[in-house]
Amino acid sequence: MALLEVQALTKQYGKLEVLQGINFTLEKGQVLSIIGSSGSGKTTLLRCLNFLETPNSGKILLEGMPLFDGDSAAKTTAAEIRQKRLHFGLVFQSFHLFPQYTVLQNVTLAMDLQEKERAKQEKRKPNKQKFAQNLEKAKQLLKEVGLEQKVNSYPFQLSGGQQQRVAIARALALEPDILCFDEPTSALDPELTGEVLRVIRELRNTHTTMIVVTHEMDFAYHVSDKVIFMSGGKIEEEGTPQKVFDNPQSPITKAFVQKSKL
Amino acid sequence: MFDSEFWSINWALMQGFGSTLLLFSVTLVASLPLGLLVCFGSMSNFSPLRYATRVFIWVIRGTPLMLQVMIVFYLPGLAFGMPVENRMAAVLVAFIINYAAYFSEIYRGGIEAIPKGQYEAGQVLGLTDNQIFFRIVLIQVLKRILAPLSNEVITLVKDTSLARVIAVGELIRAAQDIVAQQALIWPLFYTGIFYLVFNGLLTLAFGALEKKLDYFKG
Ligand SMILES: Nc1ncnc2c1ncn2[C@@H]1O[C@H](COP(=O)(O)OP(=O)(O)OP(=O)(O)O)[C@@H](O)[C@H]1O
Ligand SMILES: [Mg+2]
Repeated sequence: MALLEVQALTKQYGKLEVLQGINFTLEKGQVLSIIGSSGSGKTTLLRCLNFLETPNSGKILLEGMPLFDGDSAAKTTAAEIRQKRLHFGLVFQSFHLFPQYTVLQNVTLAMDLQEKERAKQEKRKPNKQKFAQNLEKAKQLLKEVGLEQKVNSYPFQLSGGQQQRVAIARALALEPDILCFDEPTSALDPELTGEVLRVIRELRNTHTTMIVVTHEMDFAYHVSDKVIFMSGGKIEEEGTPQKVFDNPQSPITKAFVQKSKL
Repeated sequence: MFDSEFWSINWALMQGFGSTLLLFSVTLVASLPLGLLVCFGSMSNFSPLRYATRVFIWVIRGTPLMLQVMIVFYLPGLAFGMPVENRMAAVLVAFIINYAAYFSEIYRGGIEAIPKGQYEAGQVLGLTDNQIFFRIVLIQVLKRILAPLSNEVITLVKDTSLARVIAVGELIRAAQDIVAQQALIWPLFYTGIFYLVFNGLLTLAFGALEKKLDYFKG
């Protein structure tokens, strides 16, 4: 069974149909790249998966279990949405690190607050040992993204590439089933994109399931197991990178691929 | 010059200053958190509450504080036959409501200036709305609003002189009594020094706070 299955997902803003019935599946450990021109709905799709937007209809299934079901009338509580969100992580185009916290604190914060929240629900004291574990885990993750020297810096002291790597470590700390990236290198100077893409490549090698919205065609070609090309709120073409880039069927895809000339 | 007259005048001014200080500090301590509540009301998704709060803020900011003090003091007696015994309490109520309204607008400006991405980053990390507000947003808001907040606090120091409208003996009233009874002018200038020193200390305190929050940008 696929790890993620999206069925007939739609999203409208007023009259504008931004997603017009999106269907795809993603296997565990795979990397899916989503490409497409500006305004085609890529960000909206990621935001729906991360429950930052509520789709109008369709289904999102995780290992066959519905996370979102447009047909169901049942109301989801804020706490349920928080639980569902944790299946996904999201790395934003412009990082959104918390400026008042150090690099290390940015990574530990959510883990620690979750322990506190859980303790509150279970009417117990937060577990000190858990905090210590969180700290170790955060240090380990920051080492993996090459920032062990920067743990005590504040975000404003870092380059864009470093900030984005912190954001990746912060998302990984919660061990999401699927890590989503929304144009993770678009806000970076060209010479800094490499270090971020390298981290994503390494994650692929450790079998992290990822969905990457990107304009880096070279990266999409070489790193993805599967590529989706979106156009006007629909999936225009999908398949292996070779199929989509080297042998596109749809004329729109052909034009797009040619324009972004590999 | 430093005769007994000087010391008795000093003593009278000190007593006036005591009332000023009491009014200032109680108003500040109560209206800072109350303002946050008012701010939440004015930003609520529940539109009746939002509109009611915004009308309240409009009325409070659109009428003179002096008038509000008089209304709080005279209304219970004249409308309900329950005259207010404690004049200071009436002044405090009027001041706290007035300053809560002003602070709420400062907070709202600060909160609305925080990028949406900060909230969304918190949300995708599974944080609760409370955690996002208190652990992520609040200190960033504080950093942004420090300058308007310090202006408002200094205005409060000077506004305390309005208490005299219902005969609360704050600093200016004490000074005026002396001038009227003893035909001396220097106590007025001396009174000015009280305000200058007090506001000077507040400015230093805000400066220190600003410096303290300088460790991060954004
Ligand atoms: N909150 C919103 N309200 C109204 N319209 C929106 C909103 N968010 C996005 N849209 C519209 O939805 C469409 C798809 O936007 P989306 O951000 O998903 O595109 P995208 O594929 O990510 O584009 P880009 O490559 O520029 O990031 C656009 O036309 C956009 O204007
Ligand atoms: Mg986008």
